[in-house]
Amino acid sequence: MNKLDLFSDHHLVRQSLAAVIEIAEAFKLEKGRMPVLMEVCGSHTMAFARSGIKQRLMDHVKLIAGPGCPVCVTDQKSIDAMIQLADEPDTILCTFGDMMRVPGSASTLMKAKTEGKDIRVVYSPLESVKIAQQHPDKEVIFLGIGFETTIPILALAIREAEKMELHNFTIWMTTKLVEPVLRELLDAGEVKVDGFLLPGHVSVVLGKTSYDFLMKEYQVPGVISGFEPVQLLTGMYKLIDLLHNQKVDILNDYTHVVKEHGNAVARELLHTYFEFGDEAWRGMNVIPKSGLVLKDQYARFDAKKKFNVAVKEPRKVKCRCGEIIRGLINPEECVLFNKGCTPVHPIGPCMVSSEGTCAAHYQYMREE
Amino acid sequence: MCIGVPAKVLDIQNEEALVDVMGSRMYVGTFFVPEISIGDYVLLHAGQAMTIVNQLFAMESIEEWRNILRE
Ligand code: SF4
Ligand code: SF4
Repeated sequence: MNKLDLFSDHHLVRQSLAAVIEIAEAFKLEKGRMPVLMEVCGSHTMAFARSGIKQRLMDHVKLIAGPGCPVCVTDQKSIDAMIQLADEPDTILCTFGDMMRVPGSASTLMKAKTEGKDIRVVYSPLESVKIAQQHPDKEVIFLGIGFETTIPILALAIREAEKMELHNFTIWMTTKLVEPVLRELLDAGEVKVDGFLLPGHVSVVLGKTSYDFLMKEYQVPGVISGFEPVQLLTGMYKLIDLLHNQKVDILNDYTHVVKEHGNAVARELLHTYFEFGDEAWRGMNVIPKSGLVLKDQYARFDAKKKFNVAVKEPRKVKCRCGEIIRGLINPEECVLFNKGCTPVHPIGPCMVSSEGTCAAHYQYMREE
Repeated sequence: MCIGVPAKVLDIQNEEALVDVMGSRMYVGTFFVPEISIGDYVLLHAGQAMTIVNQLFAMESIEEWRNILRE
């Protein structure tokens, strides 16, 4: 067996489940309620549902899905703007696949594509740079959404375009940062969480120390966790153990992947090309300095500066993704869930994204 | 849209590595992991190797956990 496969070993999973239940019950006995944990990352949300761990722990631990899916937190107006971008003459729009079916106010990228717009799904932003090189007569725009895991790769694409001296490549930046949104959630105080399961992937770039503010300024503990069943469970166990012992700390339970100080090469590249910018989050208005935007000297690669896309205020819909992202409601509390809104006919991004909370509930947690 | 399974590094040239991801071979960028060497396992995101997986730490964390379970 590959060493890493041990993290999904059935025997170990069963034992780990029992250990988490035991410690959660000890917490419950003392506090008279379940521990409330938020998993920040969308991939954790999916992994919890897919592995059945969330269902198994339903009566012992309250798990709340956080704002960690880049597709879901993109606000409606930005989605509308991206779809409208496809109308620019002689453009090729490039995007990650997850964005294609996200509904804007009136259309989706998928629909725009079937109407004849040149929209291409790429696996990497660097592919879109190659497309720009091959089509000097077209404007190639990459829809740059993502958190700290993805943003360094956007920077790499710009570095490449710069080296090739391309004048027809831009990125439409709607990037999001983890720290500002966690601060916003904690400051708003609408959702009560005892501790955070911190995102394994974003932490590859940020490192463990970037979460110290949680413990120092908010006295909330956190554990960086991996995505395999045993990793999800050990992360939870360590977090509840901290809570149970009234310790506030940030632990790295994904040491074989996440380093203490993250990836310095990636962070340096970020700071070469980007600076902090205000970003609008779905259901949360604009959070100051919660994203990265291109520095002025790289404005030629900035699609927002090159193309003048004006969008109307989006119309109101019954979709409650805004509250889902803030951890205030479960998908089942949305009247559209599994009725008007399904993965085949999604109303909001939380049902479309492969990391969306509504999609996770629909696929793995519905009662038939 | 995130990092998937670990890939094994088979060959390295400039800023690119040939990796094996569960039996299929492909080229990935190595800009973010300049310390990479042949035989390493890396985690990929959007065509880039983002971190080197430390197998030793992986074993240690499993052992540590087994000890907790045995307590
Ligand atoms: S981009 Fe990565 S870190 Fe961010 S939500 Fe997706 S899986 Fe988690
Ligand atoms: S079920 Fe659909 S409509 Fe309701 S919050 Fe989720 S994505 Fe939005």
